[in-house]
Amino acid sequence: MQNEKNGNRFLKEFVKGIIISNPVFILALGLCPTLAVTSSLDNAIGMSAGVIFVLLCSNIIISSMRKIIPETVRIPVFIVVIATFVTILSLVFQAYFPPLYESLGIYLALIVVNCIILGRAEAFASKKSVLLSISDALGAGIGFTLALIIISLLREMLGTGSLSVFGSILFKLPVLFENPMVIFILPPGAFLVIGLLLALFRWLGVVKNE
Amino acid sequence: MSNLLSIFIVMAVINNLVLSKFLGLCPFFGVSKKLSNAISMGAAVTLVMLISSLSTSVIYNYILIPFNIEFMNIIIYILVIASLVQIVELTIRRTNIALYNALGIYLPLITTNCAVLGITLINAREGYSIIESMVSALGAGIGFTLVLIIMSGIREKLEVSDCPKSMRGLPIAFITAALLALAFLGFSGMM
Repeated sequence: MQNEKNGNRFLKEFVKGIIISNPVFILALGLCPTLAVTSSLDNAIGMSAGVIFVLLCSNIIISSMRKIIPETVRIPVFIVVIATFVTILSLVFQAYFPPLYESLGIYLALIVVNCIILGRAEAFASKKSVLLSISDALGAGIGFTLALIIISLLREMLGTGSLSVFGSILFKLPVLFENPMVIFILPPGAFLVIGLLLALFRWLGVVKNE
Repeated sequence: MSNLLSIFIVMAVINNLVLSKFLGLCPFFGVSKKLSNAISMGAAVTLVMLISSLSTSVIYNYILIPFNIEFMNIIIYILVIASLVQIVELTIRRTNIALYNALGIYLPLITTNCAVLGITLINAREGYSIIESMVSALGAGIGFTLVLIIMSGIREKLEVSDCPKSMRGLPIAFITAALLALAFLGFSGMM
């Protein structure tokens, strides 16, 4: 009985991050990396993996230290913990995935100031148990991944007329491949796609109007 | 001199922080509803960017490079920026209360503003000297302020316009930004 109840709570925290409070589409958090790295599917996958790693590790560390961290200096402590994991991540990417490291550029380092991560640390991990924080991190991380993949799929298909994952082309669209709408992989396309997606979700009633 | 000028122009309009690098979007969409707020926010960001670019490029060139620990720049930069913002806030509060009232509430927000950390990381990546970093920070700050002012002018009109219900608020702001970014793409022909 107790186990079943606990399981439901973990599932609730997990699903909450993916749909009900999707960090990108519903809370409009972490927009800077979302717009910048979604010009191709590869970048979106690399960035999501990085964010999930940092979110998970920092949530685990912060929630297991939540009783030791003094209330007044909690934000600097959170930032140092997050920055440490971002440094680890950027060294790993530099060593094992150099092309991805190059194309993500400064946005990999900017995971430090991603509002999603600091937000989860402050609102959740600093108050709840380690296991709940893990499911919360996975939920928010997968919600972020989902948003990034939807946006980058649209932008890459419209902008290049084809879809490729790490060098292998999956398919080509008939007319678009000869005449791609390049604007979608340029900066204006990012604003346009997110604006239209937000409007679509409101129109469908997934998101309530302000 | 021409080198400095080209850094300034590239950072201000061609690689505009908001419209082509997507940095500082939170204040861009959050604060750009009123013209006066936009100017204060732009000024606060430019000030913090200048100070933090100066100190981080001194640290980068004289501490991190000689000791071969460039990879530590993320942790060090964020700590430097966070403490600088605190110092700037305290100094302004003690010396100029009118300025504090105008900028005060925006200063703490700037700590986690990706534009400030972003510009210091760009300076390190490009290998700019201290003077070049200052110029690039000034250019980026002015470019940021410019776009914030343009956007707030448009949004004051948008508030009263009649657009579809599901487009109101954030979605239409994004589409406006898309059109602005399209206009700013024209600057890339300058260099």
